[in-house]
Amino acid sequence: MGEVLLQLENIKKNFDGTDVLNGIDLSIEKGEFITFLGSSGCGKTTTLRIIAGLETPDEGRVILEGKDVTSLEPNQRNVNTVFQNYALFPHMTVAENVGYGLKIKKTPKQEIKKKVKEMLELVQLEGFEKRKPSELSGGQKQRVAIARALANNPSLLLLDEPLGALDLQLRRTMQHELKHLQKKLGITFVYITHDQEEAINMSDRIVVMNNGFFEQIGTSDEVYNHPKTSYVATFVGNANILHGTIEKVVDGKALVQLCDGKALVDMEAYALEAGDRVTVAVRSENIQVDEDCGCGLYATVMEKTFSGGMLRMILQAKDGTELVASRHGIDARANVGDEICFRWESDHAVFVDVPDCKRGVRK
Amino acid sequence: MISKKKRITWAALPLYLFTILFVVGPMIYMTALSFASNKGGYGVEWTFTLDNYRQIFQPVYLQTFGQSFQLAISSTLIIVLLGYPFGYFMSKLRAKGKSRMMLLIMLPFWVNSLIRLYGWIIILQTKGVLNGILQNLGLIEKPLKLLYSYPAVLLGMVYALLPFMILSVYTSAEKLDWTLIEASRDLGAGKWQTFRYITFKLTFPGLLSGVILSFIPSMGLFFIADILGGNKIVLVGSLIQDQMTRGSNWPFAAALAVVLTILTSLCIYLYSKITHAEELEGM
Repeated sequence: MGEVLLQLENIKKNFDGTDVLNGIDLSIEKGEFITFLGSSGCGKTTTLRIIAGLETPDEGRVILEGKDVTSLEPNQRNVNTVFQNYALFPHMTVAENVGYGLKIKKTPKQEIKKKVKEMLELVQLEGFEKRKPSELSGGQKQRVAIARALANNPSLLLLDEPLGALDLQLRRTMQHELKHLQKKLGITFVYITHDQEEAINMSDRIVVMNNGFFEQIGTSDEVYNHPKTSYVATFVGNANILHGTIEKVVDGKALVQLCDGKALVDMEAYALEAGDRVTVAVRSENIQVDEDCGCGLYATVMEKTFSGGMLRMILQAKDGTELVASRHGIDARANVGDEICFRWESDHAVFVDVPDCKRGVRK
Repeated sequence: MISKKKRITWAALPLYLFTILFVVGPMIYMTALSFASNKGGYGVEWTFTLDNYRQIFQPVYLQTFGQSFQLAISSTLIIVLLGYPFGYFMSKLRAKGKSRMMLLIMLPFWVNSLIRLYGWIIILQTKGVLNGILQNLGLIEKPLKLLYSYPAVLLGMVYALLPFMILSVYTSAEKLDWTLIEASRDLGAGKWQTFRYITFKLTFPGLLSGVILSFIPSMGLFFIADILGGNKIVLVGSLIQDQMTRGSNWPFAAALAVVLTILTSLCIYLYSKITHAEELEGM
């Protein structure tokens, strides 16, 4: 465990009678790249604004570098933000924007000039000093916003969906650059996004948020391959959710009665036993479709689409459960209306929404 | 196909015609008139003379110009001090508050400005509303002489021109992106620094046009000085009007008007030069 940089303790926030944050706890380590992932309205931006000091929590404490900063103004915290819409000052040049924080600190002019040059080199915008924000493209504005926030040498950089307004190609490039920048500077990044791919690509740890709660905090691998809740499984992994009952447990695998058949699911470290009602998550790419596999799970193909090299089939199981199966390449065998058989490898399915008392210790 | 530029030129034709007919034409006529001789009894003799301009340099007229400028500058200053915060804070109201406030500002415009000025007489006169209230409260024993004074004229000017400042500051403050203020605070600036470097700079164009919109009219609003100042405060505007009517000296009135126009334009020019320079000084 590294050194703790920021701690959130039981943060609660209510806007006009709606609970936006329901008592969240988190501790962030120095040098970490941590991402808040969730759909809009889940409370991720509010969390960020509370860390920045732009919002005051109704309850709870924000502790930065061992100091309680809950009631401190934004300008009294060594935290800087890259805003979603960049928020560049339109009446200032690129150099003035980047040097703003230093000018406020009454840094000597020569030093500001040096630092601005250094920052613009860092984001590969040398020679743009004299331009106005209106003369920049979206990607360039983004770089200026990052340079401006980094010029203050913050101990923590907050990024609020910084790539949201950029096209896919540029997003990918910027993802790499940001990750590279963060490694190089060793600054702690708190990143907000609703894009699970972005979160998985960049983060050391992901915090999946939903309705003002943390659904799961973990590494990309943990969140993607071992989701704790059905929300995480569907939001991060686009997984199918199936409900069933455990029939028996053999060799660390559970035989689960679901839909109109039975399937095996790895137990991992869960203390589940026969008779327990369970929820199973299986990602669409792990669902295999056959003419007949003998396992007894049957479904009708409702829809078949092909896009971006992926074949996507919507299946309806005998009990009405809808599933999505996807795979690379074209599969000519199953057509809309056909009855097919579906299955998965036992280690491709996980139990989610397991109550705490049955959770046990994970490997 | 007609090019886009040409089409715009044609569309602007009525505007050109209007300007030539009602702005440039009368200006030329006025300038010509200012070099003509007075024949008395509204008559004009078209012989060239500089007498009208020479006449302006008489101390009494120079004093009038001085007083006009002084009044215009002080009323504009008061309007800035009152109107800027008003317009700025108005932009921060919620939507409902904004439209209500806008209605309150626009409401007086539905009443003729002369009638509104007579309203001020009722308030300010010796046995008027204000003196009555002050006396009833026991704050004063004898009624104050409020009407027909310099402060009364100043009050009238501020009252008449304040809405223009408020609305022009409001318009630019309304467009202000709130995240810029948050960004400034986030980058380490305090509330005052944020106002100085961000808010003020971005609402400055509104303040600029507000100053021009209140300074120019305040040079010429002769009826305010006439009604609230009695015959004690004589402004260039009143003087011109007087020469046009009672004095029946049109060429002299024209000369006064030409000088007023030149001086006002000069003020605006200097003002924009100074403020522009300051804007460049930003960093």
